[in-house]
Amino acid sequence: MKIHEYQAKELLGARGVSVPQGRLATTVEEAVAAVRPLVEATGNAVVVVKSQIHAGGRGKGRFLEHPDLGGVNVVLDGLKGGVEAAEAAVRSLAERMLGSTLVTVQTGPQGKQVNRLYVEQGIDIERELYLSVVLDRSTGRNIVMASTEGGTEIEEVAAERPDAISRETIDPAVGLLPFQAHALSWRLGLRGEAAKAGRRFIAALAQTSVELDTDMVEINPLVVTKGGAVMALDAKVSFDKNALFRHPQLAPLRDLSEEDAAEVTATEYGLSFIKLDGTIGCLVNGAGLAMATMDTIKEVGGEPANFLDVGGGATTENVTAAFEIITRDPSVRGIFVNIFGGIMKCDTIANGVLQAVHNVGLQVPLVVRLEGTNVELGKRIIEDAGLPGLVVAGSMREGAERIVELTR
Amino acid sequence: MSVLVGTGTKLLVQGLGGAGKFHVDRSIAYGTQVVAATHPTRAGEVEVFEGEVDASGVPGRTGSYRVEVPIFATVRDAVAATGANASVVFVPPPFAADAIMEAADAGVELVVVITEGIPIQDMVRVKRYLEGKPTRLVGPNCPGVITPHECRIGIMPGYIHETGRVGVVSRSGTLTYEAVKQLTDNGLGQTSAVGIGGDPVNGTNFVDVLRLFQDDPATEAIIMIGEIGGTAEEEAAAFIRDHVSKPVAAFIAGTTAPPGKRMGHAGAIISGGAGTAAEKIAALEAAGAVVAVTPSDMGDAVLEAMRRAGNA
Repeated sequence: MKIHEYQAKELLGARGVSVPQGRLATTVEEAVAAVRPLVEATGNAVVVVKSQIHAGGRGKGRFLEHPDLGGVNVVLDGLKGGVEAAEAAVRSLAERMLGSTLVTVQTGPQGKQVNRLYVEQGIDIERELYLSVVLDRSTGRNIVMASTEGGTEIEEVAAERPDAISRETIDPAVGLLPFQAHALSWRLGLRGEAAKAGRRFIAALAQTSVELDTDMVEINPLVVTKGGAVMALDAKVSFDKNALFRHPQLAPLRDLSEEDAAEVTATEYGLSFIKLDGTIGCLVNGAGLAMATMDTIKEVGGEPANFLDVGGGATTENVTAAFEIITRDPSVRGIFVNIFGGIMKCDTIANGVLQAVHNVGLQVPLVVRLEGTNVELGKRIIEDAGLPGLVVAGSMREGAERIVELTR
Repeated sequence: MSVLVGTGTKLLVQGLGGAGKFHVDRSIAYGTQVVAATHPTRAGEVEVFEGEVDASGVPGRTGSYRVEVPIFATVRDAVAATGANASVVFVPPPFAADAIMEAADAGVELVVVITEGIPIQDMVRVKRYLEGKPTRLVGPNCPGVITPHECRIGIMPGYIHETGRVGVVSRSGTLTYEAVKQLTDNGLGQTSAVGIGGDPVNGTNFVDVLRLFQDDPATEAIIMIGEIGGTAEEEAAAFIRDHVSKPVAAFIAGTTAPPGKRMGHAGAIISGGAGTAAEKIAALEAAGAVVAVTPSDMGDAVLEAMRRAGNA
């Protein structure tokens, strides 16, 4: 589960990770009202207005409605004109940003509507660094990753300047140890007061990550200010959804408007669904088989419209829900049902598919491939139904070929 | 011969909920020796399993079975009383990690975890706890382990399996069944099939199972089924290149998976451009494995690998 930058900063700030002061605004008036208290609290007339969407690349992103306007804007007007000038500038920015569509490298060309702004104190940046806590799958342990190349994607740094990255593994028995926080801070070039602040920051971040079951915490950039403070200028946090049961306080942080509506509906029915750009809808049992079905469609010249795993214990109800989700997508020109009935019998699945087709209606060609227990009976049930546009395939490859032909 | 499980396996059940009972019943029907179960409140009771034997299971058994499985409060008690040497875990996700560590503490040699949705941090702790202990963990989020006609631990359909020459190891459940079915249909059969699970942090990995199959005299060829995410397939490829003399076929799912999305399995995600199917396929091909283009070609890929090695 992803959360917004402002939520991440509130969460981290409350746990001893140093973050700038800021205020959330969902209206123009709230944005304007945020300016004076920020300027008075920090003594800095500079404020920053940041679009809050889940996608990255906001600074370089541009609004569809205002092609010259970026997703993150530094307001310097207060330096000469005082708080009133800053407020006026923030008003003008908020009026254009709120409700507009921000396109970044991660949103896709359609962009995302900005409904929340974060108004934050300006920071005098001395250096930009990078820090993250992620799972290292090859060892099955969390690692803290630090880089002197802040503001750049870590993958890019890993490819071009691997020596700029240092790592410390967290032993789950004892947590990140002080010497490790010191080593990371030292390798980041932090000295004196900044080193002390860096150690505290790193330790608090590692502890938060483990305690809150994060999937990932990324601070990019982590900045050293001209005054020697160490702060998270940006913060990206996501949580392990399987661990949310033990963190009920995190549930309200979920922003459903940032998620694909069909994917949210699918989750309610115990389906795993991901929307893709193609034309052939897929309904499959098992995650590996569902991925392989998409691959096979592509291999024989088609484009999958989705990933959909109905799970091991598919019922008529969730097969029907799956059909509804697939057929709601206007780009779907055909559907491929690919089931390996292991414990679940193929005749049960065949009946479920027919029932679902009956409930939802069939406007596009449908190819069904069944394998497993009672496969002959299952095939006969589907063939006997005699539905126009419904084809039974022998193998997975044959099924993929048929549906690609039928949608040409 | 086989790996991990066989006629000597004495199984303990942790988690007698609906799914646990159903699949344990299927395992008993298949001929697996289920000797004990644990339950927090039902110690002292027995769980009765009865029905018709699974004709695809252990040969030479009569038409029906009735087994009384004693229930214990703790794994220690169960092991002491019954000599159980393997455990299957169906415990719900919030409690599964504790169940695994309890089994390891009691010295159970093999723990197979079917449970899907265990928090990652729990598995990080479990993996640390298991360090230096003799317990082997398979899974979580896996279909289990089977040796045809000998022992079934998990949730796979028993009847598709046939004793034979090929070792199967996979991160995916249904793709394992696809491969097994094709190997049964083309007459090669399986020595054992091991599902290592679709989670990002798991116990036994590809390399562990490849080593077992390489050392198993009955296994003549191996098929490994991987998917996007992580680097387990690349590590397997390096191991194959250096340590596996037997023919290896492979399939990798997720060529068309978009980056940054979790494809059903918690571990199936391309993050930061790493963990793509293309990288894994390239690594396996460079290591000499025959990589099937679609899952329909997995059986043929094993035949091709054996042909290249001159022992088809």
